[in-house]
Amino acid sequence: MSAGSHHPAPASPVEQRVAALEALLTERGLVPEGFIEEITRRYESEIGPMNGAKVVARAWVDPQYQQRLLADGTAAIAELGFGGPEGDHMVVVENTPAVHNVIVCTLCSCYPWPVLGLPPAWYKDPPYRARMVREPRTLLAEMGCPLPADAEIRVWDSSAEVRYLVLPERPPGTEGMTEAELAGLVTRDSMIGTARL
Amino acid sequence: MDGIHDLGGMQGFGEVGYSPAEPVFGRRWEAVARALLVAVAGAVEASGGEFRHSIERMEPGHYLTSSYYEHWLTAAATLAVEHGLVTRSELEERAAGRFPLSGPVLAPPVADAGPDVDRPRFGAGDRVQVREWHPPGHTRCPGYVRGKTGTVVRVDGIHSVPDVEAHGPARRREPTYSVRFDAADLWRDGQRGVWVHVDLWDSYLERS
Repeated sequence: MSAGSHHPAPASPVEQRVAALEALLTERGLVPEGFIEEITRRYESEIGPMNGAKVVARAWVDPQYQQRLLADGTAAIAELGFGGPEGDHMVVVENTPAVHNVIVCTLCSCYPWPVLGLPPAWYKDPPYRARMVREPRTLLAEMGCPLPADAEIRVWDSSAEVRYLVLPERPPGTEGMTEAELAGLVTRDSMIGTARL
Repeated sequence: MDGIHDLGGMQGFGEVGYSPAEPVFGRRWEAVARALLVAVAGAVEASGGEFRHSIERMEPGHYLTSSYYEHWLTAAATLAVEHGLVTRSELEERAAGRFPLSGPVLAPPVADAGPDVDRPRFGAGDRVQVREWHPPGHTRCPGYVRGKTGTVVRVDGIHSVPDVEAHGPARRREPTYSVRFDAADLWRDGQRGVWVHVDLWDSYLERS
């Protein structure tokens, strides 16, 4: 199977390069049958922000779980069945009315896969990586997340082995909601820190 | 290396191309490129450091004008050529055109990694200064904190040093720390009330 086989349009130069590498590696026995489909399926359906949303909702309804989550993120997240590559050393940082946390990876694209999935394109692109450590207040406002002038901003640059998850504040007026309903309120961006709920 | 990937604090980039949601793989070639990198990295037993460095060595113009999955494709092809799985001419023949690869490794192989650091030299609350140096190879010390002073807020266990593992089979393990910097100390125009935390290996730091 070639990379372009699903596209009726002529292959773009990058598609031709992908097809070339795929063909050569397949000929050398380095791409087993079904390998590409299996990897793709795993990243498309098994991981994603729906996992992180469950972690956040549990923390909102269970203060003891929240304590464990903030003390040892990796272990508390594993209680809900999530873990694996790019999630082996998790630190959860808590938003409060006075403190806002946001995550970035200035050197590449480090991101907590087990709880948020693969990162969105903008997270990996130069403007976000360049600006979030230098002018976070401006950039957050631009991205639709203006903060009070006296709010403290904590930026976390994922430059080593730890991956971060932001614990957003529970929105007011949600006291009667179930854990599953609460999880439905939690957005990907609120766990990156580029939005508040 | 002082490469194009070290983007923290660079100016002139403009708006973030934000989208609230997007498919995991927008096009099939992105998923294939991603899987091929997994295949190549497995076949050549590339460390995380060697993988990241193969992207960092991309020509800056190419890096800035290609998507992240094209970076991964370039990394996969570069590692495949450098480890003898395929040749560049085979790639260009099959692709019927140019196949840009990353530039050469500028650092010598690491023959002697030196001893592991088994115990953290610093603890939470300690003031530390980041070494001011310009290694020719891979490092996970962002340029924007070099020479700067901050405060350790967390000790994170012992991990393989990327600067070593990217350049051969030798390994050295050291503690890593989360170090908090006041944005006002990092940038002349640093914003008020902003703390930037960077995770750094032991050998990147000196006591302040």
